[in-house]
Amino acid sequence: MEKMIEIRWHGRGGQGTVTAAKILADACLSGGRHVQAFPEYGPERAGAPLRAYNRVSDSEIRMHCPVLHPKVVGIVDPTLLDSINAADGTMDDSVFVVNTSKDPKEIREKLKAKPSQKVFTVDATKIALDCFGKALPNSPMLGAINKAISIVPQDELVDAVKKSFGKKFAQKIIDGNLEATKRGYEEVKEG
Amino acid sequence: MGKIVAVTGNEAVAEALRQINPDVCAAYPITPQTDMMQRFSSFVSDGKVDTELILVESEHSAMSACIGASAGGGRVATATSGPGLALMWEMLYVASGMRLPIVMPVVNRSLSAPLNIHGDHSDAMGARDSGWIQLWSENAQEAYDNTIQAFRIGEHMEIRLPVMVCLDGFIISHSIERMEYLDDNVVKAFVGEYKSLNPLLDIENPKSYGPLILPDLYMEYKRAQHEVMTKVKDVVLNVADDFEKLSKRKYGLFETYRLDDADIAIVILNSAAGTAKDVIDQFRAKGIKAGLLKPRLFRPFPYEEVADAIKNVKALCVMDRADSFGAYGPLFIELCGVALHLQERPLMINKIYGLGGRDFMPEHAELVLNELVEISKTGKVKTFKEYIGVRE
Repeated sequence: MEKMIEIRWHGRGGQGTVTAAKILADACLSGGRHVQAFPEYGPERAGAPLRAYNRVSDSEIRMHCPVLHPKVVGIVDPTLLDSINAADGTMDDSVFVVNTSKDPKEIREKLKAKPSQKVFTVDATKIALDCFGKALPNSPMLGAINKAISIVPQDELVDAVKKSFGKKFAQKIIDGNLEATKRGYEEVKEG
Repeated sequence: MGKIVAVTGNEAVAEALRQINPDVCAAYPITPQTDMMQRFSSFVSDGKVDTELILVESEHSAMSACIGASAGGGRVATATSGPGLALMWEMLYVASGMRLPIVMPVVNRSLSAPLNIHGDHSDAMGARDSGWIQLWSENAQEAYDNTIQAFRIGEHMEIRLPVMVCLDGFIISHSIERMEYLDDNVVKAFVGEYKSLNPLLDIENPKSYGPLILPDLYMEYKRAQHEVMTKVKDVVLNVADDFEKLSKRKYGLFETYRLDDADIAIVILNSAAGTAKDVIDQFRAKGIKAGLLKPRLFRPFPYEEVADAIKNVKALCVMDRADSFGAYGPLFIELCGVALHLQERPLMINKIYGLGGRDFMPEHAELVLNELVEISKTGKVKTFKEYIGVRE
């Protein structure tokens, strides 16, 4: 594994983006790794654009500042593609994972991604609606990101989802999110 | 052994308080309070601790209730943040003047106006002269470890002083990091049973706290507060030794990073020190002898020890996440005190950074280190105090 993987999440308030970053941190603790998960705090409003970050490293993480050059950009809300520059600060080998029903080639053009950058898409909102009836695309996005970059064994990610949702939600919602995580992993497309 | 977890700084400190299980905790339950106390109140509701939780109508009342409970003879803790600490100001002096070993994590936030509750050291720097011991923490692990050690330090029979444990608002308090929890029984054994001193509830032996003291004696009390502070360093080091035995984590009065042979150095508190350490490694890789000093014990301030640590540094930047308008930053002023203990002092500059949650980025540390390289070459300081990461 590389020395440190940095992830930047773009979502809107109320979509579970910060929860997704937390779950990923929990999942990546395995194997003695070091993790961080933190949102960019502003006025917290449902629907407002927000960013969250992860760092995962084999050694101690001392940086306490936002990620500027993400290896992975996760876009939880496709409408953000029109209002933010999601490619800001990305590197030649950065990976985009976008929640959209559109084809990855179309998204690649929209992002103006370099040929060396990878673009993945997944219809995470549809998966969420199918699995548990709510437009909360965070768990399928986690599955999709994990397929794209293999950051953690998939069963450990699923365990972390179970642990996070298990605290607060009914069994139906938990099962739906576990299914959604798996489908995100299986249905993500590269292009 | 302990348990590896990914938690926020607030969760970590709340967990330490659960393990310590204080007798009384009084807290103001609304912003500027953080979710640290919300988490602790869940432990109370769930029966995980038998602490008496007193929810009060203001931070001033929170500290007042803590003072009463502590004078009564109980182990007492609370927590606060930013404007909450400011509202406690009057009662902070009462707590230290009565020599009550209350432990209070402080989530460091800015003060209004304009209204802002983000990471900033203005709150705790404002309480600098209140007679409280202050321990500062870089990350969630240090905040947890310092909270546990704070009880042993403050409650030490030769000390009996209140202790603040400072951690950066949002950057640490609300961000998730990997850290290690110690086992409950290890923490409980480490802090031990609370031993009260002159408890008011010992009604067979009545006593007074905080009576009127006129000019004929007041100053003697104040000098006594200074004198007890001179004993704190040794206790902090002894407690740190004991803590290292069970945690394998070493603490001192301050941390030095690649400082021994450094020509240039940064002095910086809390979370920004971590970011600066990574940049120092980059400068070292380029062959530039850069180092860092991160104070842990800020009150009392270990002037002689810091002087010894920086005596060979040629150029030094002291970085403040708080300001004293019309004066130098509070940490810089301490380093001027340190310089009094040196025959030859380094060339010193002061940078104000990160106010109101402004991010401290690696490029800011680079900027500072490059300026220090220049100063050490030319021997000239252009400006003593400057703001970095600010729009012109």
